[in-house]
Amino acid sequence: MRYIEPHAHMVTRTTNDYQSLAMAGCKAVCEPAFWAGFDRSSVSGFRDYFMQLTEYEPRRAEKFFMKHYSWICINAKEAEDVGFAREVMALIPEFLEKSNVLGVGEIGLNKNSVNEVKIFQEQVEIAVKYDQLILVHTPHLEDKLKGTKLILDMLQEHSGVRPERVLIDHVEEHTVRMVVDAGFWAGITLYPESKCTPPRAVDMLEQYGSTDRIWMNSACDWGVSDPMALPKAIMELRKRGFDDAAIDRFVYQNPVRFLRQCPKFDLIDSDAV
Amino acid sequence: MDARSKLIDIAAFMDRVQRSGETDDYRYQMFLQALQGLDSTNRAEAVLSIFSDMTAAPTQVATPGPASGAWKEEA
Repeated sequence: MRYIEPHAHMVTRTTNDYQSLAMAGCKAVCEPAFWAGFDRSSVSGFRDYFMQLTEYEPRRAEKFFMKHYSWICINAKEAEDVGFAREVMALIPEFLEKSNVLGVGEIGLNKNSVNEVKIFQEQVEIAVKYDQLILVHTPHLEDKLKGTKLILDMLQEHSGVRPERVLIDHVEEHTVRMVVDAGFWAGITLYPESKCTPPRAVDMLEQYGSTDRIWMNSACDWGVSDPMALPKAIMELRKRGFDDAAIDRFVYQNPVRFLRQCPKFDLIDSDAV
Repeated sequence: MDARSKLIDIAAFMDRVQRSGETDDYRYQMFLQALQGLDSTNRAEAVLSIFSDMTAAPTQVATPGPASGAWKEEA
Protein backbone atom coordinates (compact mmCIF):
# COMPACT_ATOMS: atom_id res chain seq x y z
CA MET A 1 0.00 0.00 0.00
CA ARG A 2 1.33 3.44 -0.89
CA TYR A 3 2.29 5.76 1.95
CA ILE A 4 4.51 8.71 2.81
CA GLU A 5 7.04 8.57 5.65
CA PRO A 6 6.82 12.27 6.63
CA HIS A 7 9.44 12.19 9.40
CA ALA A 8 12.49 9.93 9.38
CA HIS A 9 16.13 10.60 10.23
CA MET A 10 17.62 8.55 7.46
CA VAL A 11 21.19 9.75 8.04
CA THR A 12 21.15 7.41 11.03
CA ARG A 13 19.70 4.42 9.17
CA THR A 14 21.18 1.74 6.96
CA THR A 15 20.59 1.37 3.25
CA ASN A 16 18.64 -1.80 4.12
CA ASP A 17 16.09 0.47 5.80
CA TYR A 18 15.65 2.44 2.56
CA GLN A 19 15.06 -0.87 0.82
CA SER A 20 12.53 -2.00 3.43
CA LEU A 21 10.64 1.30 3.21
CA ALA A 22 10.44 1.06 -0.57
CA MET A 23 9.30 -2.55 -0.48
CA ALA A 24 6.58 -1.67 2.04
CA GLY A 25 5.11 0.95 -0.33
CA CYS A 26 6.79 4.15 0.81
CA LYS A 27 6.81 6.73 -2.00
CA ALA A 28 8.67 9.54 -0.28
CA VAL A 29 10.62 10.07 2.89
CA CYS A 30 10.97 13.47 4.58
CA GLU A 31 13.89 14.19 6.88
CA PRO A 32 13.93 17.10 9.34
CA ALA A 33 17.21 18.43 10.70
CA PHE A 34 17.69 17.24 14.28
CA TRP A 35 20.09 16.49 17.11
CA ALA A 36 22.61 13.87 16.01
CA GLY A 37 22.98 12.26 19.43
CA PHE A 38 25.88 14.55 20.29
CA ASP A 39 26.42 18.30 20.28
CA ARG A 40 28.30 19.45 17.19
CA SER A 41 31.39 21.50 17.90
CA SER A 42 31.37 23.85 14.93
CA VAL A 43 29.19 25.58 12.40
CA SER A 44 30.98 23.65 9.67
CA GLY A 45 29.72 20.45 11.32
CA PHE A 46 26.19 21.70 10.65
CA ARG A 47 27.07 22.68 7.10
CA ASP A 48 28.26 19.13 6.44
CA TYR A 49 25.05 17.78 7.97
CA PHE A 50 22.87 20.07 5.84
CA MET A 51 24.81 18.96 2.76
CA GLN A 52 24.13 15.35 3.73
CA LEU A 53 20.39 16.13 4.01
CA THR A 54 20.21 17.93 0.69
CA GLU A 55 22.74 16.15 -1.53
CA TYR A 56 23.62 12.68 -0.29
CA GLU A 57 20.41 11.28 1.21
CA PRO A 58 18.31 12.01 -1.90
CA ARG A 59 20.74 9.87 -3.88
CA ARG A 60 20.43 6.99 -1.41
CA ALA A 61 16.64 7.16 -1.65
CA GLU A 62 16.70 7.38 -5.42
CA LYS A 63 18.33 3.96 -5.64
CA PHE A 64 15.05 2.56 -4.34
CA PHE A 65 12.80 4.78 -6.47
CA MET A 66 11.83 6.96 -3.54
CA LYS A 67 11.83 10.72 -3.26
CA HIS A 68 13.78 12.24 -0.37
CA TYR A 69 12.88 15.66 1.06
CA SER A 70 14.41 17.51 3.97
CA TRP A 71 13.84 20.35 6.42
CA ILE A 72 16.55 22.72 7.65
CA CYS A 73 17.08 24.35 11.06
CA ILE A 74 19.03 24.15 14.28
CA ASN A 75 17.31 21.74 16.64
CA ALA A 76 16.12 22.78 20.09
CA LYS A 77 18.67 20.69 21.96
CA GLU A 78 21.57 22.60 20.44
CA ALA A 79 19.82 25.96 20.81
CA GLU A 80 20.85 26.51 24.43
CA ASP A 81 24.00 28.29 23.26
CA VAL A 82 22.27 31.23 21.61
CA GLY A 83 25.38 32.67 19.96
CA PHE A 84 26.29 29.36 18.37
CA ALA A 85 22.69 28.75 17.33
CA ARG A 86 22.57 32.08 15.53
CA GLU A 87 25.74 31.25 13.60
CA VAL A 88 24.09 28.01 12.43
CA MET A 89 20.86 29.86 11.60
CA ALA A 90 22.84 32.09 9.26
CA LEU A 91 23.24 29.02 7.03
CA ILE A 92 19.51 28.39 6.73
CA PRO A 93 18.61 30.76 3.86
CA GLU A 94 21.26 29.21 1.62
CA PHE A 95 19.87 25.72 2.20
CA LEU A 96 16.24 26.76 1.81
CA GLU A 97 17.16 27.23 -1.87
CA LYS A 98 17.98 23.52 -2.29
CA SER A 99 15.61 21.57 -4.49
CA ASN A 100 14.55 19.01 -1.84
CA VAL A 101 14.08 21.38 1.12
CA LEU A 102 10.45 21.75 2.19
CA GLY A 103 10.79 24.32 4.92
CA VAL A 104 12.14 25.16 8.37
CA GLY A 105 12.19 22.25 10.83
CA GLU A 106 12.16 20.53 13.10
CA ILE A 107 12.32 23.62 15.26
CA GLY A 108 10.75 23.53 18.70
CA LEU A 109 11.54 23.06 22.35
CA ASN A 110 13.43 20.37 24.23
CA LYS A 111 13.57 21.40 27.90
CA ASN A 112 11.39 24.51 27.57
CA SER A 113 14.21 26.89 28.46
CA VAL A 114 14.36 30.65 27.90
CA ASN A 115 17.10 30.25 25.28
CA GLU A 116 15.23 27.52 23.42
CA VAL A 117 12.21 29.83 23.30
CA LYS A 118 14.35 32.65 21.93
CA ILE A 119 15.81 30.53 19.12
CA PHE A 120 12.42 29.02 18.32
CA GLN A 121 10.96 32.49 17.83
CA GLU A 122 13.88 33.57 15.66
CA GLN A 123 13.51 30.52 13.43
CA VAL A 124 9.79 31.17 13.09
CA GLU A 125 10.76 34.64 11.88
CA ILE A 126 13.03 33.11 9.25
CA ALA A 127 10.24 30.80 8.09
CA VAL A 128 7.79 33.69 7.81
CA LYS A 129 10.32 35.92 6.06
CA TYR A 130 11.06 33.27 3.43
CA ASP A 131 7.45 32.03 3.23
CA GLN A 132 8.35 28.51 4.34
CA LEU A 133 6.38 25.62 5.80
CA ILE A 134 7.20 24.94 9.46
CA LEU A 135 7.71 21.57 11.16
CA VAL A 136 7.68 21.72 14.97
CA HIS A 137 9.20 19.25 17.43
CA THR A 138 7.45 19.09 20.79
CA PRO A 139 9.45 18.04 23.87
CA HIS A 140 9.74 14.57 25.31
CA LEU A 141 7.75 12.91 28.08
CA GLU A 142 7.10 15.13 31.11
CA ASP A 143 8.11 18.26 29.21
CA LYS A 144 5.71 17.76 26.29
CA LEU A 145 2.52 19.30 27.68
CA LYS A 146 4.14 22.52 28.84
CA GLY A 147 6.28 22.79 25.70
CA THR A 148 3.32 22.29 23.41
CA LYS A 149 1.39 25.03 25.19
CA LEU A 150 4.36 27.42 24.96
CA ILE A 151 4.79 26.65 21.26
CA LEU A 152 1.10 27.14 20.49
CA ASP A 153 1.08 30.46 22.35
CA MET A 154 4.10 31.74 20.40
CA LEU A 155 2.75 30.64 17.03
CA GLN A 156 -0.70 32.09 17.70
CA GLU A 157 0.76 35.40 18.80
CA HIS A 158 2.67 35.77 15.51
CA SER A 159 0.51 37.49 12.90
CA GLY A 160 2.61 36.10 10.04
CA VAL A 161 2.09 32.44 10.95
CA ARG A 162 -0.64 30.60 9.06
CA PRO A 163 -1.66 27.52 11.07
CA GLU A 164 -2.44 25.46 7.98
CA ARG A 165 1.24 25.76 7.00
CA VAL A 166 2.55 24.48 10.35
CA LEU A 167 2.73 20.87 11.52
CA ILE A 168 3.20 20.27 15.24
CA ASP A 169 4.76 16.86 15.70
CA HIS A 170 4.89 14.15 18.37
CA VAL A 171 1.40 14.85 19.74
CA GLU A 172 -0.03 12.43 22.27
CA GLU A 173 -3.42 12.10 23.93
CA HIS A 174 -2.83 15.09 26.22
CA THR A 175 -1.74 17.46 23.42
CA VAL A 176 -3.50 16.40 20.22
CA ARG A 177 -6.76 18.23 20.88
CA MET A 178 -5.18 21.62 21.57
CA VAL A 179 -3.15 21.39 18.35
CA VAL A 180 -5.99 20.48 15.99
CA ASP A 181 -8.47 22.82 17.71
CA ALA A 182 -6.03 25.70 17.06
CA GLY A 183 -6.06 24.91 13.32
CA PHE A 184 -2.56 23.44 13.07
CA TRP A 185 -1.60 20.09 11.60
CA ALA A 186 -0.72 17.35 14.08
CA GLY A 187 1.85 14.59 13.72
CA ILE A 188 1.65 11.34 15.68
CA THR A 189 4.99 9.62 16.16
CA LEU A 190 5.08 5.86 16.41
CA TYR A 191 7.81 4.87 18.83
CA PRO A 192 8.11 1.51 20.54
CA GLU A 193 8.53 3.09 23.99
CA SER A 194 8.56 6.82 24.50
CA LYS A 195 5.89 8.27 22.24
CA CYS A 196 2.94 6.39 20.77
CA THR A 197 2.10 2.81 19.79
CA PRO A 198 0.06 1.99 16.66
CA PRO A 199 -3.09 1.16 18.72
CA ARG A 200 -2.89 4.53 20.53
CA ALA A 201 -2.26 6.33 17.25
CA VAL A 202 -5.35 4.77 15.73
CA ASP A 203 -7.35 5.72 18.84
CA MET A 204 -6.40 9.35 18.13
CA LEU A 205 -7.23 9.00 14.43
CA GLU A 206 -10.66 7.67 15.37
CA GLN A 207 -11.24 10.77 17.48
CA TYR A 208 -9.52 13.48 15.42
CA GLY A 209 -8.91 11.94 11.98
CA SER A 210 -11.92 13.68 10.47
CA THR A 211 -10.02 16.97 10.63
CA ASP A 212 -7.76 15.73 7.79
CA ARG A 213 -4.95 17.69 9.45
CA ILE A 214 -3.19 14.74 10.99
CA TRP A 215 -0.50 12.30 9.94
CA MET A 216 1.60 9.51 11.41
CA ASN A 217 5.34 9.04 11.19
CA SER A 218 8.05 6.76 12.54
CA ALA A 219 10.61 9.50 13.30
CA CYS A 220 13.10 6.65 13.13
CA ASP A 221 16.57 7.71 14.22
CA TRP A 222 19.59 6.41 16.09
CA GLY A 223 17.52 5.52 19.18
CA VAL A 224 14.93 2.85 19.93
CA SER A 225 12.73 3.41 16.89
CA ASP A 226 11.25 1.51 13.98
CA PRO A 227 11.33 2.52 10.30
CA MET A 228 8.56 -0.04 9.70
CA ALA A 229 6.25 1.62 12.22
CA LEU A 230 3.88 3.03 9.59
CA PRO A 231 3.17 -0.32 7.91
CA LYS A 232 2.41 -1.64 11.43
CA ALA A 233 -0.03 1.23 11.98
CA ILE A 234 -1.64 0.42 8.63
CA MET A 235 -2.16 -3.13 9.91
CA GLU A 236 -3.76 -1.75 13.07
CA LEU A 237 -6.09 0.42 10.94
CA ARG A 238 -7.13 -2.68 9.01
CA LYS A 239 -7.82 -4.56 12.27
CA ARG A 240 -10.14 -1.72 13.33
CA GLY A 241 -12.10 -1.98 10.09
CA PHE A 242 -10.84 1.04 8.15
CA ASP A 243 -11.12 0.48 4.40
CA ASP A 244 -8.40 1.12 1.82
CA ALA A 245 -9.73 4.60 0.99
CA ALA A 246 -9.66 5.73 4.62
CA ILE A 247 -6.20 4.29 5.20
CA ASP A 248 -4.91 5.96 2.03
CA ARG A 249 -6.23 9.27 3.32
CA PHE A 250 -4.34 8.94 6.61
CA VAL A 251 -1.01 7.65 5.32
CA TYR A 252 -0.76 9.17 1.84
CA GLN A 253 -3.26 11.88 0.98
CA ASN A 254 -3.02 13.84 4.23
CA PRO A 255 0.79 14.12 4.14
CA VAL A 256 0.66 15.03 0.45
CA ARG A 257 -1.91 17.77 1.09
CA PHE A 258 0.28 19.38 3.72
CA LEU A 259 3.61 18.92 1.96
CA ARG A 260 2.54 20.07 -1.48
CA GLN A 261 1.93 23.51 -0.04
CA CYS A 262 5.65 23.67 -0.82
CA PRO A 263 5.93 23.71 -4.63
CA LYS A 264 9.08 21.60 -4.44
CA PHE A 265 7.07 18.61 -3.24
CA ASP A 266 6.50 17.17 -6.70
CA LEU A 267 5.57 13.57 -5.98
CA ILE A 268 4.20 12.09 -9.19
CA ASP A 269 1.34 10.36 -7.38
CA SER A 270 0.14 13.73 -6.07
CA ASP A 271 -2.28 13.76 -8.97
CA ALA A 272 -4.06 10.84 -7.37
CA VAL A 273 -5.01 12.85 -4.27
CA MET B 1 -4.56 -10.96 26.07
CA ASP B 2 -2.38 -7.95 25.20
CA ALA B 3 -3.82 -5.81 28.00
CA ARG B 4 -3.67 -8.74 30.44
CA SER B 5 -0.01 -9.25 29.62
CA LYS B 6 0.78 -5.55 30.09
CA LEU B 7 -1.11 -5.45 33.39
CA ILE B 8 0.90 -8.41 34.71
CA ASP B 9 4.10 -6.66 33.55
CA ILE B 10 3.09 -3.63 35.62
CA ALA B 11 2.32 -5.81 38.63
CA ALA B 12 5.69 -7.53 38.33
CA PHE B 13 7.41 -4.15 37.95
CA MET B 14 5.82 -2.92 41.20
CA ASP B 15 6.90 -6.10 43.00
CA ARG B 16 10.43 -5.60 41.66
CA VAL B 17 10.62 -1.99 42.87
CA GLN B 18 9.36 -3.05 46.28
CA ARG B 19 11.91 -5.88 46.55
CA SER B 20 14.70 -3.49 45.64
CA GLY B 21 13.59 -1.00 48.30
CA GLU B 22 13.28 1.87 45.81
CA THR B 23 9.65 2.84 46.40
CA ASP B 24 10.73 6.32 47.55
CA ASP B 25 12.13 7.16 44.10
CA TYR B 26 10.22 10.21 42.80
CA ARG B 27 9.53 8.46 39.51
CA TYR B 28 7.87 5.58 41.32
CA GLN B 29 5.86 7.97 43.46
CA MET B 30 4.67 9.70 40.27
CA PHE B 31 3.89 6.30 38.82
CA LEU B 32 1.63 5.53 41.81
CA GLN B 33 -0.11 8.89 41.33
CA ALA B 34 -0.55 8.19 37.64
CA LEU B 35 -2.36 4.94 38.44
CA GLN B 36 -5.14 7.14 39.82
CA GLY B 37 -5.62 8.43 36.28
CA LEU B 38 -7.14 5.06 35.46
CA ASP B 39 -10.22 6.11 37.43
CA SER B 40 -10.97 8.98 35.04
CA THR B 41 -12.89 8.90 31.76
CA ASN B 42 -10.00 10.02 29.49
CA ARG B 43 -7.47 7.66 31.02
CA ALA B 44 -4.55 7.99 28.60
CA GLU B 45 -4.77 11.78 28.70
CA ALA B 46 -5.07 11.76 32.51
CA VAL B 47 -2.06 9.48 33.00
CA LEU B 48 0.10 11.54 30.64
CA SER B 49 -0.95 14.75 32.37
CA ILE B 50 -0.09 13.43 35.83
CA PHE B 51 3.48 12.74 34.69
CA SER B 52 3.75 16.24 33.17
CA ASP B 53 5.31 19.51 34.24
CA MET B 54 2.26 21.70 34.86
CA THR B 55 4.18 24.95 35.37
CA ALA B 56 3.76 27.64 32.72
CA ALA B 57 6.93 29.73 32.52
CA PRO B 58 10.04 28.70 30.56
CA THR B 59 12.91 27.45 32.72
CA GLN B 60 15.94 29.72 33.01
CA VAL B 61 18.36 27.01 31.84
CA ALA B 62 17.79 23.67 30.12
CA THR B 63 18.26 20.89 32.65
CA PRO B 64 21.04 18.49 31.69
CA GLY B 65 20.36 14.95 30.54
CA PRO B 66 17.32 13.35 28.96
CA ALA B 67 13.75 13.60 30.26
CA SER B 68 13.06 10.98 32.93
CA GLY B 69 9.37 10.43 32.22
CA ALA B 70 8.12 12.02 35.44
CA TRP B 71 8.28 15.65 36.38
CA LYS B 72 10.24 16.54 39.51
CA GLU B 73 9.66 19.89 41.15
CA GLU B 74 13.00 21.53 41.84
CA ALA B 75 13.56 22.37 45.52
